[in-house]
Amino acid sequence: MIFHIEILRQKNIASDPYRQRMTVEATDPKMTVATLLKALNADPELKDDSGNRVDEIKWECSCLQKKCGACAMRINGKPRLACDVKLGEFKKGEIVLEPLRKFPVIADLIVDRSVMLDNLKAITLWLEKEANHTKKGEDIAYEASRCLQCGCCLEVCPNYLSGDSFFSAAAFVPAARILSELPKKEQAQIIGNYKSHVYQGCGKSLSCRDICPAQIDIEQMLVNSNAVAVWKRYFK
Amino acid sequence: MRFNIIGAGLAGLSAALTLAQAGEKCNLISYAPSERAQSVMAEGGINAALDTMGEYDTVEEHYEDTMKGGVYLADPNAVWELCSHAPEIVRELDRLGVPFSHNEKGIVERSFGGQKKKRTAYVKSSTGKMLMTAMIDAVRKYEVQGLVTRYPRHQLIDISIKDNMLSGVTIQDRFTSEPTFLHGKTILALGGMAGLFDGMTTGSAHNTSDAQAMLFEKGVEFANLEFVQYHPTTIGISGKRLLISEAARGEGGRLFVRRNGEPWYFMEEKYPELKNLMPRDVVSAEMVNVTARGDCEGQVYLDMTGIEKKVWQTRLSDLRDQCMHYVDIDPVRYPVPVAPGIHYFMGGVYVDEHHRTNIGGLYAAGECACQYHGANRLGGNSLLGAIYGGKVAAESAMNSTELRESNESVKNDVYSGDVPPILAKKISTILYRSLPIIRSEQDMLTAKTELGSLLANPHSIAEHRRIILALAMVESALNRKESRGAHKREDFPERDDEHFRKLSIVQMQDGAIRHTLREIPERRS
Repeated sequence: MIFHIEILRQKNIASDPYRQRMTVEATDPKMTVATLLKALNADPELKDDSGNRVDEIKWECSCLQKKCGACAMRINGKPRLACDVKLGEFKKGEIVLEPLRKFPVIADLIVDRSVMLDNLKAITLWLEKEANHTKKGEDIAYEASRCLQCGCCLEVCPNYLSGDSFFSAAAFVPAARILSELPKKEQAQIIGNYKSHVYQGCGKSLSCRDICPAQIDIEQMLVNSNAVAVWKRYFK
Repeated sequence: MRFNIIGAGLAGLSAALTLAQAGEKCNLISYAPSERAQSVMAEGGINAALDTMGEYDTVEEHYEDTMKGGVYLADPNAVWELCSHAPEIVRELDRLGVPFSHNEKGIVERSFGGQKKKRTAYVKSSTGKMLMTAMIDAVRKYEVQGLVTRYPRHQLIDISIKDNMLSGVTIQDRFTSEPTFLHGKTILALGGMAGLFDGMTTGSAHNTSDAQAMLFEKGVEFANLEFVQYHPTTIGISGKRLLISEAARGEGGRLFVRRNGEPWYFMEEKYPELKNLMPRDVVSAEMVNVTARGDCEGQVYLDMTGIEKKVWQTRLSDLRDQCMHYVDIDPVRYPVPVAPGIHYFMGGVYVDEHHRTNIGGLYAAGECACQYHGANRLGGNSLLGAIYGGKVAAESAMNSTELRESNESVKNDVYSGDVPPILAKKISTILYRSLPIIRSEQDMLTAKTELGSLLANPHSIAEHRRIILALAMVESALNRKESRGAHKREDFPERDDEHFRKLSIVQMQDGAIRHTLREIPERRS
């Protein structure tokens, strides 16, 4: 099948973005967008639709199996992992690849997502004391620990703006682990941070729940953490 | 002065945590944030003789299984320390909040390859990810306190050594290309060398092997490069091999091949004690043998259809998701076609039991180091080895005074370039053809010639280094004229303890690869 690929490109932080279109043939419907990008970069003869040589497309990938979050990008307008999306999905053969929009673009499809890790520091996301294990806490901790820090949730969140004090799901999902495992009397600091950086800013659109490539039960994480942090219900 | 740690996977995080808990400062340098490290992909579990399953498990048995699984090529003193510290390491992970399952005796464990008792602590089939989340959170506290300084998008591009003593490392920011020289004792936690088999392993694309290739060129000793682990149950998917965790067999999955049209559970017939859970080198070699037989089909299947529904939900859920998404097979209902795939490098940077390399002030831990696993690693020992190795390396670094003073400034001309995909593929194809599960001398000699002719072509520094590292690997395999663990030869099918129960050391000297055999230490009483 013939695929028409359009990539929003940008040489470096300072340069202007431009769109480059190329046409390639791929036969395996199970091929992922990640492998497609690898194949494009492995072809030194690759030309775009105007006949210009295609320079190396900058993008990030590590695991190629939805476990590391490196390859998050906008694929036909939706934030997704390139290793998650198979070419068989594109019935019309049209693929548009763009960098995530809520982070600074470094080059092509690479963005600087360090703000997410800074936010986790800002809400003091660590266990100050030994974890308190409960059966329910185990399930929440497992689900919360699956967060990839890929940034797809921030991309679709109507309340998240870069640089704003609301940190969105990329912070409140990991926080659910700490809130479920921290002994009650140690919770004051993170609860304060949680209220100001999560509870007060979240409009509960839950668009994050529908986009999460790890399919984390984000609503459940939010409900549990709000129960602990705001409504003072503790896990028995 | 700060310590440098190169790599922020499990071994790097463990080293950082050890240093920070002792009040020491470190730079934690990684190509990408910890969330992207290969450690997050580890599935099955972490070994420790916790004796929570009513089987009277002991540290001694963990030690024996590890030594036997590694076909007695590992340092017995290092392995003993690893196994005896394992229970405390797993309990510490529990305190850090890893959501292990618990029973009335403590942490629940399961069966794993090469071990007669249930000794593998786990969280479903995402153990690596769970450990990493807990360790990342634990290290974050020290980042805020200023003890750990992250360089989270930086690659190691050069190392400064004089008279076998380190002064520091040069790293480069991937976003700005800016180089930085960091004076200080350095712990390597680079991960494996998946890039030598580009697209043919279960590992991460970040583990290009470029850092190892640079270190090798600079005179750092490597050991046992010929021992490349083929995991028995992998599936080729888009761009890589997908791992089906050993946990699938630990929970009851069975391997079979169709013989004269009927399923033959060959592992159960040949190995009635451990059955499908023999060490990985044994299972992979048996898979090669049965598929080569005239009365068998060429495809081995992993039958997981007998696993109880509850086990799928509570212990293997994400394994099922991955199978369905990438292979379009529901393993609950149908057997899955599997084949051995490259999964782990037992060899790497030579270290002694204190994780010291041959260079003063330079240490190595995790998969990049040659330690604990001998000729074949047992499942569940890699996460353990990474955490324990990182800890020991950090302690050795703190206890040592070895470091050269430095008045070096940043050198701008050390960037060596990348290995382009076409050459990476060429090298990988040569290595893959010559280093299969059962090896032939002729194939290895051909590979040596082919790599030699690649060297004769014009190439960048990075390209040159990768070819040299590949050559060192092939030559190490050629020189080991015996079969042991993951290194099996058709021309030398027997183990030869007299000549080869030794480490094969490689080092660059005066522009040539020098090979020596080194004795393995005796076990202290």
